[in-house]
Amino acid sequence: MSRDNVLHKIRTALGRGAGQAVPDPPAARIRIPQVSMDARVASMLERVRALAGEAVATADARGFVTAAIAGKTAVASNAPFLAECGITGLAGVRSGVTDREQLRELCAAADVGITSADYALADTGTLVMLASPQEARMISLLPPAHIAVVPRARILTGLDELFSLLPRPAESTSSMVLITGPSRTADIEQILVRGVHGPGVLSVVVV
Amino acid sequence: MSTEFARKSHETLVDAKLQLAIYTATGRLKEKRIDAVCGDALPDYQELRAQANALKKHTIDNLDHYLEEFERNVETHGGKVVYCKDGTEVSDFVLSLAKERGSHLIVKSKSMTTEEVDLNERLEHHGLESVETDLGEYILQLAHQRPYHIVAPALHMTRYQVADLFERELRVPQEIVIEKQTALARAVLRQKFLAADIGISGANFLVADSGAVVIVENEGNARLTTSAPKIHIAVAGIEKVIPRAQDLATFLKLLARSATGQLLSVYTSFLSGPRRAGEIDGPDEFYVVLLDNGRTRLLPDKNKRQSLYCIRCGACLNTCPVYRKIGGHSFPWVYSGPIGAILTPQFMGVQHEPALPFASSLCGACGEVCPVKIDIPKILLELRSDVKKSDAREGRNRLEKLGFRAFAWLMTHPRLFEMAGRIGRSMGWPASKQGPLGAWLSERDLPPLPAHSFRELWRRR
Repeated sequence: MSRDNVLHKIRTALGRGAGQAVPDPPAARIRIPQVSMDARVASMLERVRALAGEAVATADARGFVTAAIAGKTAVASNAPFLAECGITGLAGVRSGVTDREQLRELCAAADVGITSADYALADTGTLVMLASPQEARMISLLPPAHIAVVPRARILTGLDELFSLLPRPAESTSSMVLITGPSRTADIEQILVRGVHGPGVLSVVVV
Repeated sequence: MSTEFARKSHETLVDAKLQLAIYTATGRLKEKRIDAVCGDALPDYQELRAQANALKKHTIDNLDHYLEEFERNVETHGGKVVYCKDGTEVSDFVLSLAKERGSHLIVKSKSMTTEEVDLNERLEHHGLESVETDLGEYILQLAHQRPYHIVAPALHMTRYQVADLFERELRVPQEIVIEKQTALARAVLRQKFLAADIGISGANFLVADSGAVVIVENEGNARLTTSAPKIHIAVAGIEKVIPRAQDLATFLKLLARSATGQLLSVYTSFLSGPRRAGEIDGPDEFYVVLLDNGRTRLLPDKNKRQSLYCIRCGACLNTCPVYRKIGGHSFPWVYSGPIGAILTPQFMGVQHEPALPFASSLCGACGEVCPVKIDIPKILLELRSDVKKSDAREGRNRLEKLGFRAFAWLMTHPRLFEMAGRIGRSMGWPASKQGPLGAWLSERDLPPLPAHSFRELWRRR
């Protein structure tokens, strides 16, 4: 509608010509600290717990998930790592869904959503999820509880390392979401309430 | 000062409950910010501020270039960019799209930009249902109010007011437990999310090299808004663009810390285009509305254009002694606090509320806490000068000029100055708060007069 009009106003105000070259932007500021993997795992667990999430490091992810979903219904993503851990085959877990409507109905009714994560950020306790045929958006969003099972090798130091590994996330996905703790609000009287629209319970399992 | 601005400020000042609510909420946010940026919490805080400022300056100085790059990359990923000069164009676009697709229900996540143009009212006027889904914004929509604070929109409301509102609007029994009120809103809004045809979001950043919209939130409502309906429309001011995805490593560290003291907000969504082949869910259509609505008016002035660097963290509101007394609804437009005091006169013209740049003690706290280093105090001074140059206060100007001239004359005549002081002290302050200084005195108590002047004490020493 107003494309040319708006761009023209901008150029006139800035004194620039159409297509005029621009100087280089300031160099991106990326600082990646050296942190051992053990320290990253420790920081990841500590941060998630500080946000009232549950966090464990275990070799037996299957055992943890089995106990966590006992008597509940769960939807698991198609992440190969979940199958590797033997989680997709557990009783009460639906997996392998590729249809949008079907997945949405399942997620709206399920008690727990189980995913992996593409990366995790140790210094903030963040899960990084890229939408793909393996990971749908709704599984970490609609059910009231979210369990993420992450191999420890995927734990990065923080945002700087993430954006140095993925300088252009849009090349590989339409949606990258950083999840830092359970859904929360403090909109009424600044009182913290968890689970307002997204999952109020978050469990991170580092394998 | 317009009567409206004065009246609302006064109403807020005399409301003890409201004063306590504002003071507590902003105080808490202020403390959390300090804990999150000072000392060991973020050792390179000042470097990050400098980098954020340099990036914003570079982008705004070359805005057309980055908007075009953003647009190209959105299109590469199958999305579409729509430029709008004002609110009418935004609602026209949404309405025609809704009509073409046969859509009726819209879910919205929090966006100050859509507040600027009253998007909900415009859409509802044409028969669409447009529902705010952020808890605070939902409460305000039910109450027909605008946000009280950029980050904490319903900061001024108590659980009891929310209970009354829900009882009246949602026809539910009185519920004063905040967790249960939240659950109630969740249940109502969950149905809206699953039924909605269109999701409208704002944007915290537009990433030029990726064609991506970045949205930061805590509740999950923005994720639902942008991924449950088949159509996602992001509405963003043209100033929101940044050059590269890598620059988020700078901005994301500053935004949540400055706003709420969180290291990162719960959800940061980086969205580029509709769902791709093979992706299981996400919208089929993706639009980005780039809104001018007066922003280009801020560009010609090389200093004042830095007002457009704002990332809407709200830190300047929480720290401002004026905002903390007069609150958000006293301000004449959607943006309140120090940033509102510099944005409003520039968007709407200084005549809109000539008193706004003067409603500041110039203490400088706003500039101090700004994560992108906007020199708000300096811009306030420049706007004061603009107000003086405009005709709005010409009548009062003459009296003020005369007063200052008389004062200058007195100051350059030491004997007369001393005599005037003696006479003044013997007479005392005027007992009545009438006269030309009446308005100024109406909210102030003058200090008691000393028996002797400093000069007298000095001579006697």
